[in-house]
Amino acid sequence: MYETSYHRPSSLAEATQLAAEKGDEAKYLSGGMTLIPTMKQRLAAPEALIDLRHVGELKGISVNGRSIRIGGGTTHAEVATNEEIKSVCPGFAALAGLIGDPAVRHMGTVGGSVANFDPAADYPAALLALGGTIHTDKREIPADEFFQGLFETALDEGEIVTAVSFDAPDQCAYEKFRNPASRYAMCGVFVAKRADGVKVGVTGAGASGAFRWSDGEQALSGNFAPEAVDGLTVPEGDMVSDIHGSSAYRANLVKVVTKRAVKKAHSH
Amino acid sequence: MGVEGIGAKVLRKEDRRFITGRGRYVDDMSVPGMKYAAFVRSPHAHAKINGIDTSAAEAMPGVIGILNGQQLQGDGIGNLICGWAVNSKDGTPMKMGAWPALASQTVRYVGQAVAIVVADTQAKARDAAEAVVIDYEELPVVTKAVEALKDGAPQLHPEAPGNLIFDWELGDKAATDEAFSKAAHVTKLHIHNNRLVPNPMEPRAALGLYDPAEDHYTCWTTSQNPHVARLVMSAFYNVAPEHKLRVIAPDVGGGFGSKIYIYPEEIVCLWASKRTGVPVKWTSDRTEAFLTDAHGRDHETDVELALDADNRILGLKVETTANLGAYMSLFSSSVPTYLYATLLSGQYDIPAIHANVKAVYTNTVPVDAYRGAGRPEATYVIERTMETAARELGISPAEFRRKNFIRSFPHQTPVIMNYDAGDFEACLNAGMEAADVSGFEGRRAEAKSRGKLRGLGMSCYIEACGIAPSKAVGSLGAGVGLWESAEVRVNPVGTIEILTGSHSHGQGHETTFAQLVAERFGLPVDNVQVIHGDTDKVQFGMGTYGSRSGAVGMSAIHKALDKVEAKAKKIAAHVLEADEGDIVIENGEVKVAGTDKKLGWHEVCLGAYTGHNLPDGMEPGLKEGAFYDPTNFTFPAGCYICEVEVDPETGTTEIIQFVAADDFGRVINPMIVEGQVHGGLAQGIGQAILESTHYDDSGQLTTASYMDYAMPRAWDLPNFKVSTTETLCPGNPLGMKGCGEAGAIGSPPAVINAITDAIGNNDLTMPATPEKVWKALNAVR
Repeated sequence: MYETSYHRPSSLAEATQLAAEKGDEAKYLSGGMTLIPTMKQRLAAPEALIDLRHVGELKGISVNGRSIRIGGGTTHAEVATNEEIKSVCPGFAALAGLIGDPAVRHMGTVGGSVANFDPAADYPAALLALGGTIHTDKREIPADEFFQGLFETALDEGEIVTAVSFDAPDQCAYEKFRNPASRYAMCGVFVAKRADGVKVGVTGAGASGAFRWSDGEQALSGNFAPEAVDGLTVPEGDMVSDIHGSSAYRANLVKVVTKRAVKKAHSH
Repeated sequence: MGVEGIGAKVLRKEDRRFITGRGRYVDDMSVPGMKYAAFVRSPHAHAKINGIDTSAAEAMPGVIGILNGQQLQGDGIGNLICGWAVNSKDGTPMKMGAWPALASQTVRYVGQAVAIVVADTQAKARDAAEAVVIDYEELPVVTKAVEALKDGAPQLHPEAPGNLIFDWELGDKAATDEAFSKAAHVTKLHIHNNRLVPNPMEPRAALGLYDPAEDHYTCWTTSQNPHVARLVMSAFYNVAPEHKLRVIAPDVGGGFGSKIYIYPEEIVCLWASKRTGVPVKWTSDRTEAFLTDAHGRDHETDVELALDADNRILGLKVETTANLGAYMSLFSSSVPTYLYATLLSGQYDIPAIHANVKAVYTNTVPVDAYRGAGRPEATYVIERTMETAARELGISPAEFRRKNFIRSFPHQTPVIMNYDAGDFEACLNAGMEAADVSGFEGRRAEAKSRGKLRGLGMSCYIEACGIAPSKAVGSLGAGVGLWESAEVRVNPVGTIEILTGSHSHGQGHETTFAQLVAERFGLPVDNVQVIHGDTDKVQFGMGTYGSRSGAVGMSAIHKALDKVEAKAKKIAAHVLEADEGDIVIENGEVKVAGTDKKLGWHEVCLGAYTGHNLPDGMEPGLKEGAFYDPTNFTFPAGCYICEVEVDPETGTTEIIQFVAADDFGRVINPMIVEGQVHGGLAQGIGQAILESTHYDDSGQLTTASYMDYAMPRAWDLPNFKVSTTETLCPGNPLGMKGCGEAGAIGSPPAVINAITDAIGNNDLTMPATPEKVWKALNAVR
């Protein structure tokens, strides 16, 4: 790791002020489950780290009826074990419980994960399928517009994810097929069913990051059953191909994992 | 035996410090004035070095010194050696390219050390290492052994034209051809044995300390054999004369073979300590470990098995190409030859065997022994072939093996080994019963009803451990003898120190070795201290690898205990005025048999040191040493049976059950032996379904972290069913065979035989990742 300085603001205002002072060389840290390993490998060298985990405004989970709002500084473990989320939207809580390992889940945060938009991160699949909203210190951005490409989001320089929110659907579930080495999602699928249709968010498999599988959504909106996607073909060209799996294999996974997510949604 | 003697499941004494974080590893060591090293490493797999510019780096804060390969050579530090001479079949010696500890002219793999930076802190050393500017001229790259042998392939070493190190053979080619001419059936298979990265939990580290007042060096290093390290660093690398060099291998967190070798870093840290005038410590990070620890396996093999009309084996032909990487590591030449082809007879009576092995240079990390070393490769070849032949013939794989088992001992194979004892059928029967093989078809049908594909595979392995008779290995080209030494030091109060040349890096020697004393004298293991890993404390020894610490190391302790016992009995007989032959030692007491006359063990020991009442002419003291040279290899063997369930939609393999029925000879601590088997199985299953080492075309290791290199996790593994039968080894006094490598040797073919059985396609290479299994399934469905 290169030499860096560490800052621990206790409010959003303090955090943004620090970021403004430090300029381009500063990075927000919100758990650091990606940033710290990257720094240890000397692949990133921010001169200043501004730790958001102690900012009170980013903390907390609120559930009003079926509306869920999760502060950006909330850890995955807090999401996974929150009784209200488990009761209103069990698929989302279960997703958080599948992230990394216990150490990661107690350090990593929703805001950090969403802002980083790793192509194999789990939350983006859910937020796309749930039609979620990403709240920042400046505005609100629909998930469909927020997630733009590999590690690319709608965030401006210095903008902070303060929360994510969504309405719980009638049924939902997340199914994850892990990369044998990293145990990140090689293909993770979140399905969400509402009266007006089904949405399918896919992470880990797409060449441009998480995406919505529209063919799958159409088929499942007609019949929310695993066999509904049997006849579909996922275009290989849109898939990642690397030493862990070819695009053909990942295209197969999108279908198989979607079916399993649907099956799971019926059992939640 | 006492309650802590042979056969007792004594809890590991050393675990208190390990599990409370109080182990003392090399990186925990600190000496006054100590500074930190970082190595400048090649980013290219093959390149000429046209110049090294250290001026910017030297000006950086905290930098004490930057040293390069020319300075190293100028100081007379020798090149790294390979300690086992193997000749080609035409009689020419192996062709070894020079391997300087710091490259000064050419680099041949990514990660090769070019310079060392010594600085105040590790971070400053690394910052400065990045600022060293090296003018590289890139050269063409080859990473696959088969490609390296082709005409026009990039050439690595002028000493080895065509990248061929040796073209070696074993066995009788004419007799084998003759056997094949009579065959009713020939089974042919191409086999790939995947390259593995050892990944001990503790990465390598070295701390070099030069004392100018005494002209003396101390080296703390993560070594499995510190005594050999001292010898080699002294005799071959000219770092220091042996009596001016102390090597300490304190707690070492796993080795699996990769810490046998003497690497460039410890040599350079010692040399740099003298050059810079400060103690120099280097600790590898995980990426460096991937890039510089010797890798394992990496064979391509064509095998043919000839059978008569009655399904008896007539002969075996094996053609192997072994990738040894960019340089010949310390024991690299022995692994694909004498540790491999000598085991190709497996558990079977095979009249004729011929093996040919080509060892090849490539632009990859050097390859050497890794848990099993040659024997997993041999077992994979023979056990995949046996299973395949049985399937081709439509007969039971178990019965086919049973029919061809060796049944009388000693048995001379056509490939050097003389098996001294064994009962292969006992293991097969125990394994099949534990695995409920007879109920398998029912379970397969049940799985099918859930849409899953079940498969059953077995592997009947044999290995040669307890390496090794010094005379025998000497005649085969080894540069060292492979005996072991021990010293038993009885203190005046009767507590005991055992000094051993073996080295424990996770195996539990401090407990198991102490159990020999408990067995012998009835003393609690807590009264015994096992000391190892320091050349200033322990007499010369050969270290721990090749499952040798029990069969060889403990045999040396056994011999030394014989001497201690004899002297203690003489003293007691003298004091008690009894006949020496009537003295027995048990439960910490020294008694005259059949009487109530006795002395406490501590009384005899104190008597030895006061010298007040010893037999005439007896020297005071109670301390004895012994060297033990084995008379033969030992031959652990067993039957492993794996049951898997494949998910046809994703190709994922779940290991439902794994049975290991082993024969390790006498077992001292069954709990520790079970642990050794569990660990070996985890590594073997890792090789079979997870671990893949991948180089891209430019020679970059693309699997150089756990993000890309799949290590087995607990959830990948079932609860193992392990059992042992005991056919005593006649070759050593305790009847031990060794257990450290068996799991890694026997398991890969059992897993692959099970998966190929499940999917109905035999064309599958390790690691059988979900995608590979899915593709193999698609090819037949």
